[in-house]
Formats: sequence, structure tokens, C-alpha cells
Amino acid sequence: MPDHFELTVPSDLANLERIADFVTDAALRLGLSEQQAFEVQMAADEACANVIQHAYGPGVEGEIVIRCEVEGDEFVITIRDHGRAFDPEEVAEPDLACPLEKRQVGGLGLFFMRKMMDRVAFHFDPQAGNELKMYKRRSP
Amino acid sequence: MEVKTRQYKRVDLVQVSGRVDSGTAPQFEAALQEIMSQDRFHIVVDMQGLEYISSAGLRVLVAGLKQTRRWNRGDLRLASVPPRIQDVLKLAGLDVLFQTFDTAVDAVGSF
Repeated sequence: MPDHFELTVPSDLANLERIADFVTDAALRLGLSEQQAFEVQMAADEACANVIQHAYGPGVEGEIVIRCEVEGDEFVITIRDHGRAFDPEEVAEPDLACPLEKRQVGGLGLFFMRKMMDRVAFHFDPQAGNELKMYKRRSP
Repeated sequence: MEVKTRQYKRVDLVQVSGRVDSGTAPQFEAALQEIMSQDRFHIVVDMQGLEYISSAGLRVLVAGLKQTRRWNRGDLRLASVPPRIQDVLKLAGLDVLFQTFDTAVDAVGSF
């Protein structure tokens, strides 16, 4: 069995479903439970939606490379693109306790990525492009 | 994702199934807007068959909730919420905002 899986797709929201199927399948093959695979695909979906809508933006052609593998006891998903970089620190944490009238449902994508995974690491390089690595421990 | 709507006398039922992600959320939003554009603000979203909802889909739900409740003119209520979707709503702190019912019939009857 291969020790990693990789998918390259054009930056287009219509590809999110294909990405989700790929990530779910790879996660299951690499030993994650159904629930963990759901959580990983959710993190990947939010991450790729951000890349398509913000890093590249509407009408910009570009590619997203998604790689799934195992490092030690962790499942690792790496998402690469060549769009605009951003500062994850500048994305405000959503206020989940505020009343409906004031509720802003922004920043939830990044929030879900962090909740669904054990670790999330961004790396931005003007030459090599943007790289997001997300880690999830496999059940013993 | 598939969205079907059904109009009753006082309530509109929106059945959403499959995946609501950033690509499909606009279609879900359009279905809700179409209902509210007819000055109808009693809406039930039936989630039976909903496999996944991303933050983009949650934004549509919250926007719909705010719009229906404005001036106490209505509400947007949820029915048949699958456990995984319930977990996501809870994680986002949204479960407390919505009235939720076990079945669409219960939700429609609650208005």
C-alpha cells in the first residue's frame, strides 16, 4: 500500500467535493477512524475554501496540491498553493458566546481547522509558495 | 448538495441534503432568500440527509435566522439534525441559537 496520497486540482470551488472525497479516502486508508476522517476532511475543506477564495481569489488560475501521509503516529495533511500569503494571527477568533444580533460568523473556517486537528502550521515563502501542514494523532 | 423547498400555508420547508460547502452554500442561500423575498419568514430547514456543512453553510443559516427573526416576524427552525452536524453546530456555539426538532413534521407544527 502506498505510504502517501497526493492530489493536484485547479483553484475552483467546484473542486471542494472532489478534495473532500480524496481526503476522506486517504485518511481511512492511512488508518484513521470514520470520525477522524470526517474531522480531517472538514479541516481540509475549510483550508482549501480559504485558498480558493482568498489566496487565489475569484477568477485567478492556480493549483492546489494536497498530500496525505503518516509521520510516526500522526496523520499529516499538507496543502500547498501559490496564491497570496496571509497572517493567521490577524484572523480574529470568533466570539461564540455573543448574542445573535451581534454574531459575526467570520473566522470560523480557521477555528474549525484548529479544532478538528491537533496541530496546524502555516509556512509562507515568496518563492516556494504557501504551505499548510495539519496534524492528527491516530487512535492507538 | 440538493435543496428542495415546499410551501405550506404558514410555513416553508427547505430540505437540504448532501454537502453544503463554499461551492454549494450560495445555492442554499438563494433558496432561503427566494422564500423571504415573498415576505414569508416561518422557515424549517430539514437536515435529514445532510452529510456535511462548512462554515460557509453556517453563515447562511445564521443570516437566515437573523433575517427571519427581525421585528419578531418569524423564525428559522431546524429539524432532523444528524449527530455530526449537531456536533459542528455545538462547536461553533450555534446550537443554542436555533430551535431544533426531531422531525420536520414537529418543526412545521411548532409555528
